Amino acid sequence: MASKLTLSNRTGWTFVLPGFALIVTFIVLPFFFAIGLSLTNQRLLSPNPTQFVGLENYRQLLGLAVVTLKPERNDAGEIIRNEAGEIQYPRLREITRSEAYPQFRGMREWFRWQSGENVMVVIASDVVFMKALVNTFLFVLVVAPVQGSLALMLALLINHKLRGINLFRTIYFMPVVVSIVVVSLLWRFIYDGQNGLLNSILQALTFGLFQPVDWLGNPSTALPAVMAMSIWQAVGFHMVIWLAGLQTISPTLYEAAAVEGASRWQTFRYVTWPGLRNTAVLVLVVITMQGFALFAQIDVMTNGGPLDSTQTLVFQAVERGYGKQDISGGSTISVILFAIVLAISLIQRWLTRER
Amino acid sequence: MAFNPDNHGLRLFVRYLVLCLIALIFIFPLVFMINSSFKPDSQLLADTSSLRAFLPVGDISLNNYFGAFRRAPVGLFVLNSVLVTGATVLLSLLICSLAAFSFAFLRWKGRDVLLSIVIATLIIPFETIAIPLLLLVSKLPWIGLDGLHWGWLNTYRVQIIPWVADGLTIFLFVQYFKGLPGELIEASRVEGANWWQVYYRVVMPLSGPVLATAAILKFLVMYNQYLWPLIVVQQESYRPVMVGLGYFFQLNVAWGEVMAYLTLITVPVLIFYLLLQRAFIASIASTGVKG
Repeated sequence: MASKLTLSNRTGWTFVLPGFALIVTFIVLPFFFAIGLSLTNQRLLSPNPTQFVGLENYRQLLGLAVVTLKPERNDAGEIIRNEAGEIQYPRLREITRSEAYPQFRGMREWFRWQSGENVMVVIASDVVFMKALVNTFLFVLVVAPVQGSLALMLALLINHKLRGINLFRTIYFMPVVVSIVVVSLLWRFIYDGQNGLLNSILQALTFGLFQPVDWLGNPSTALPAVMAMSIWQAVGFHMVIWLAGLQTISPTLYEAAAVEGASRWQTFRYVTWPGLRNTAVLVLVVITMQGFALFAQIDVMTNGGPLDSTQTLVFQAVERGYGKQDISGGSTISVILFAIVLAISLIQRWLTRER
Repeated sequence: MAFNPDNHGLRLFVRYLVLCLIALIFIFPLVFMINSSFKPDSQLLADTSSLRAFLPVGDISLNNYFGAFRRAPVGLFVLNSVLVTGATVLLSLLICSLAAFSFAFLRWKGRDVLLSIVIATLIIPFETIAIPLLLLVSKLPWIGLDGLHWGWLNTYRVQIIPWVADGLTIFLFVQYFKGLPGELIEASRVEGANWWQVYYRVVMPLSGPVLATAAILKFLVMYNQYLWPLIVVQQESYRPVMVGLGYFFQLNVAWGEVMAYLTLITVPVLIFYLLLQRAFIASIASTGVKG
């Protein structure tokens, strides 16, 4: 195609322009907007002019410190204990509201632990954001390996010439085409504490020994429940990507392995897995991106609760940017989210670079 | 290892058993949804404690469907979704394939830079730009039949136009076009066809598979839209089906009606999927070749 026939600046630009202009307007521009807005106090509708506030929004979100609470002592220098023998500590407020520590002003307790006779308290400017950050990472760290490997197992199971195998592939993929909103609502029924299908099934399997759990109403089970449902919903998607990868592996390699007398595990380890390297990277990248975007499940199932145990970054960005009309606060979370996604994809690219 | 036909039969049986059990895991919420949509609320909730939850038994009727239509403007929500999805899919196929045509077949100044920018947008998740985009569309101008307006909130266009062009669709077209024989394009140029004619007389007729892929991917994204319409459409008259769901959670929740609504908005997509399942699965698989 190196002839003059294909050289045309005018036509080239004309054909590209509509699509490129749309991408610039609705993807590239908002992306730079996000960065700009995160440095202001912009609101969706506000009578006051927008002001430049520098990194204040970031400080408001990311402010984090550890303070040590020393036991209260009486005049003799002995540790004061209450009737139950517990050590008495000064209240955190005495630090976060003290004139002596302006840097801790307005911060709240996130969590604490005992260290000898002292107590260490982690305080944060925005505890809800911190919980959202941790939950989002937890979600990705659990869902990526579990969903990725379950999807691979399904793909290996399906990748056989068996009568009717297409039917099973079709069924396993089915939740992918159903809206995540619909799926989330259905799973509210499955997880319900009173009429939930999951409790019924578990009770039937244990002959009534199982105590019903309010899966979404309990802070320790809510996030795992959302994880399990998310894995269920999209595992078929990744199964299909693994299948596409499996089909690129030459059958002659399997024939050679069979001739050499390789066991099934050896065949997988030395033929299948090396052939899936690129697919593995892709599956991980896609799950990671989807995981950091976690929103609809939370909005439909838990609203971030109970006790902020299912807060996520996108849910917080939307709650602030749209719910509270705090565009700058929502944009700041978006920028932090993007920085994380970018860093992770750079790390993944570096780990899987061609050597 | 000696080949034992009995052993082979047993292994085959176990394999099918495993496949069926896994199939049950994927299908049971949908079976529950469809069956529940025919039951009155009291029975629906009582049935969840037994296998009856998955069977169309007891007091079966279409009452929930009538109730859903009485409770919410279901027809309007469906119409909105069909309109927004249809318009976006069609515009996207046209605009993205034109851009890809230019990237794949033409040589012009700035081509490589523009293509890199398009590819680079693949790394920006929509969720990270939703909030600034909300501010942007709330201030954009629009010239309608009745003059100039400011602000795109509560319209069809705000649900359609930002979704028309995207990096993945353009990329899929570029990949496909690069696989087409270049001589064909040169030959039609030699015969005096202009570029527009090459596009719609030569390239488009050869692009069935990639058009299907791009259409299916866009369809799934658009019909299942939730976050974006949730924040840009407050007026009921422009709401799509997924956001319309909120209607059923005001005041007292009638679960039978919710199930009827969910069935109504899901089953057509499932039928569509079952009819075209090879194309659906192929389109997801083709997103995997980008690596």
